[in-house]
Amino acid sequence: MDEQHLGQEGAGESSSPLLEALAVSKRFGGVQAVDTVSIVVERGSVHGLVGENGAGKSTLAKIIGGVIGPDGGEILVDGHPVRFHSPRDALAAGIVTIAQEIALVPGLSVAENVLLGIEPSAGGFVRRGDLRGRFEELNAHTGFGLHALDRVGGLRTAEQQKVEILRAIARDARLILMDEPSAALTRDETDRLLGIVRELAASGTSIVLVSHYLDQVLAVSDHVTVMRNGKLVRSGEAARETPESLVAAMIGREMSLTFPTKHPPPADAPVVLEARGLTRKGALDDVSVTVRRGEIVGLAGLVGSGRTELARAIFGADGLDAGEVLVEGTPVRIHHPGKAVRIGIGLLPESRKDQGLLMGLSVRENTTIARLGDFTVGGFVRRGAERQRTRELVRDLDVRTSSTETAVVTLSGGNQQKVLFAKWLVRRPVVLLADEPTRGVDVGAKRQIHELVIRLAAEGTAVLLISSEIEEVLGLAHRVLVMRRGAVVSEFTGDEITEEAVMNAAFAAVTRAGEAA
Amino acid sequence: MTTQHAEASNPLATLTESLRRLQIREYGIVLISVSLFLTLTFTSDRFFQKQNFFNILDQWSAIGLLACAATICIISGVFDLSVGGIVSVAAVVACKVANSTTPWVGILAGVGTGLGLGISNGVVVHFTRVNSFIGTLATGIVFAGLAIIVTGGNIVTVTDPQFGVLGQNDWLGLKFTGWVFLGFALISGIVLARSRFGRYVYAVGGNAESARLSGIRVGLIRGSCFAVSGLAAGAAGALLASRTTSAQADLGRGMELTAISAAILGGTSIFGGEGAVWRAVLGVLLLAMIGNGFNLLGIDTTYQAIVQGALILVAVAADQLLRRRA
Repeated sequence: MDEQHLGQEGAGESSSPLLEALAVSKRFGGVQAVDTVSIVVERGSVHGLVGENGAGKSTLAKIIGGVIGPDGGEILVDGHPVRFHSPRDALAAGIVTIAQEIALVPGLSVAENVLLGIEPSAGGFVRRGDLRGRFEELNAHTGFGLHALDRVGGLRTAEQQKVEILRAIARDARLILMDEPSAALTRDETDRLLGIVRELAASGTSIVLVSHYLDQVLAVSDHVTVMRNGKLVRSGEAARETPESLVAAMIGREMSLTFPTKHPPPADAPVVLEARGLTRKGALDDVSVTVRRGEIVGLAGLVGSGRTELARAIFGADGLDAGEVLVEGTPVRIHHPGKAVRIGIGLLPESRKDQGLLMGLSVRENTTIARLGDFTVGGFVRRGAERQRTRELVRDLDVRTSSTETAVVTLSGGNQQKVLFAKWLVRRPVVLLADEPTRGVDVGAKRQIHELVIRLAAEGTAVLLISSEIEEVLGLAHRVLVMRRGAVVSEFTGDEITEEAVMNAAFAAVTRAGEAA
Repeated sequence: MTTQHAEASNPLATLTESLRRLQIREYGIVLISVSLFLTLTFTSDRFFQKQNFFNILDQWSAIGLLACAATICIISGVFDLSVGGIVSVAAVVACKVANSTTPWVGILAGVGTGLGLGISNGVVVHFTRVNSFIGTLATGIVFAGLAIIVTGGNIVTVTDPQFGVLGQNDWLGLKFTGWVFLGFALISGIVLARSRFGRYVYAVGGNAESARLSGIRVGLIRGSCFAVSGLAAGAAGALLASRTTSAQADLGRGMELTAISAAILGGTSIFGGEGAVWRAVLGVLLLAMIGNGFNLLGIDTTYQAIVQGALILVAVAADQLLRRRA
């Protein structure tokens, strides 16, 4: 009787899934981040969400979690339409997000963080005994083995994630959204986290897992959804997928840009930049790279795979634990970017706003800043000479600005990026490290920047090109290195450079298949 | 109302509008100063007189030196709260050395002491990586303590009247102190606006990471700003000691805050990367005019501090408001 009764109730609920997203869309400026995507999350299941950088996975998770509102479409919980205006609304429906960046109060204890905002209290005072009791109850239930009184700020990332998960459970979460939870974890910690995910699902909680690590997603998910360019490609049972099938689904798109024919440097072109065994704890693991005169070497890999760290290490922006850099065959100790600039290395940093430009200063001041010595006589800057050189570069690079005295903050993204190029073209660099040179740039400017990179190489500069846009790497690079977890894992030259090969290496699908075999 | 709507919908009008706001932000302080200047000119017979202006320059010369230097520090993205302490140490060192050697060696020793302490600030802040605000707050306390040790808590008096020449004599009616202030403002202003060092100061304060990735040594530039600040404080200490041919350990107490107030009042952004020395001069003159006005108009001077404080608040609040709108 009892069982039948329960069964009936269960049947009544399960007629509609826990969560349905119907034709959800979201646009950011000119980018359609999520384009009429529908997914279904069943009770007590793990739903994997995969795709390239910028495919729209995180945006979709944020819409479900109430962090951002959709432009169109509908979210149903238990079959009822809901409208979330904040993560708080989502929480009321039992949906909790565990974001990429951990959001805990570092100065408070584990127990205080878990029950933050829902502390048992009386007359405005927290009842510490009850708080402790409630925490131990939850802790025992999950078997996390956390210590109530530990300061959260002193815990390692994996432990902090447990605190976040416990916090979600303390709020009666029925659906937990995890965005790249294993990005900062070691292998052991990742295994433990995946164990926890499975246990949570077994006890009836649903999980949406957003991750780049396809093997991990496949190991724990019941269901996998693949996204590409904001659209849903495929959604189905995880058991039917393999890492290779997922990669194929993630990249199956036509090239949206055309690139000029490549002119690789002659085989006897001298090596201009050579890095040997660069190692920095937690970022780079024994990385060796060579770039020849006139060569464009593409660095592919996921965000956080060590590409940016490599460029910064060569430029002297970050310290090194081991390894050496040779420029034109001579070992150089670059302990500060100033040294790199002097020997002719330029860095186009990842974020032009935070690392590249002086937003409040003029086009002229930004252009000459790295080579101000060329315009200085007796300690004073010759503005006329500055203005003249800037004008030449503005014309050459087609920077759309009303004058050389305009503040760069008023320029469009593409023109700001061109100013950054102009800065390194005051004198042609021996080596150019270009990190995401076309990020956030419109198609026209992108094309011009591509041509510029090709021209620089043709003039003899050794270019190391980092890009999350795979077409850019494929279309420009004469040779491609793929990085993963701080190490160079593959190298492709000439005809070997295909999207599939690069992506498989980046996502380590091939490696895993190799291991399995 | 209608015009506002029309303006908002027309991009060109919006642009001119934001330009106009920029102008207000840039030159609002000039407007305030000019109107105060005119008010005082028309309400008091004794304001618009050469001797009154010369007196103001003399009286505010020490603060003026500190305000120019504070502006350079703030533009580079650091605060120097130790200048009060440096003024005290420099003044007592000047007196002590003057008594044991000659007056002019004493003056130079005072200035040199300031420069040395400024450099030590740069070194301390760079290598401990402590926030400059906290770091110089701490070194300032240490310097004030040093001044007490040097003096043993007593007033140090210089017997040789030659020591008072700098602080008491004049050229063309303006005291040498006033000339020192004007000279320092002129030179530091030109260096900041035109030299390579000056450009780096703006770059470092505007975005330290961008500056570093352009090859600029951020620590060296900021350290140099501390050195300039120390030099100015040393000169201020020497001037003040010379004026009374004596010094005591609490001579510079609180001067750092007046100097920073003047710099901010002039319109230099506390967030760094923008500002100018002439703004500091204007800020000092504004503070001076308020004080002078109270005296000349016979208003109870007990309210002077309240007006100065309120003005700083209004100036910074208005600055932020315009910034947000722009």
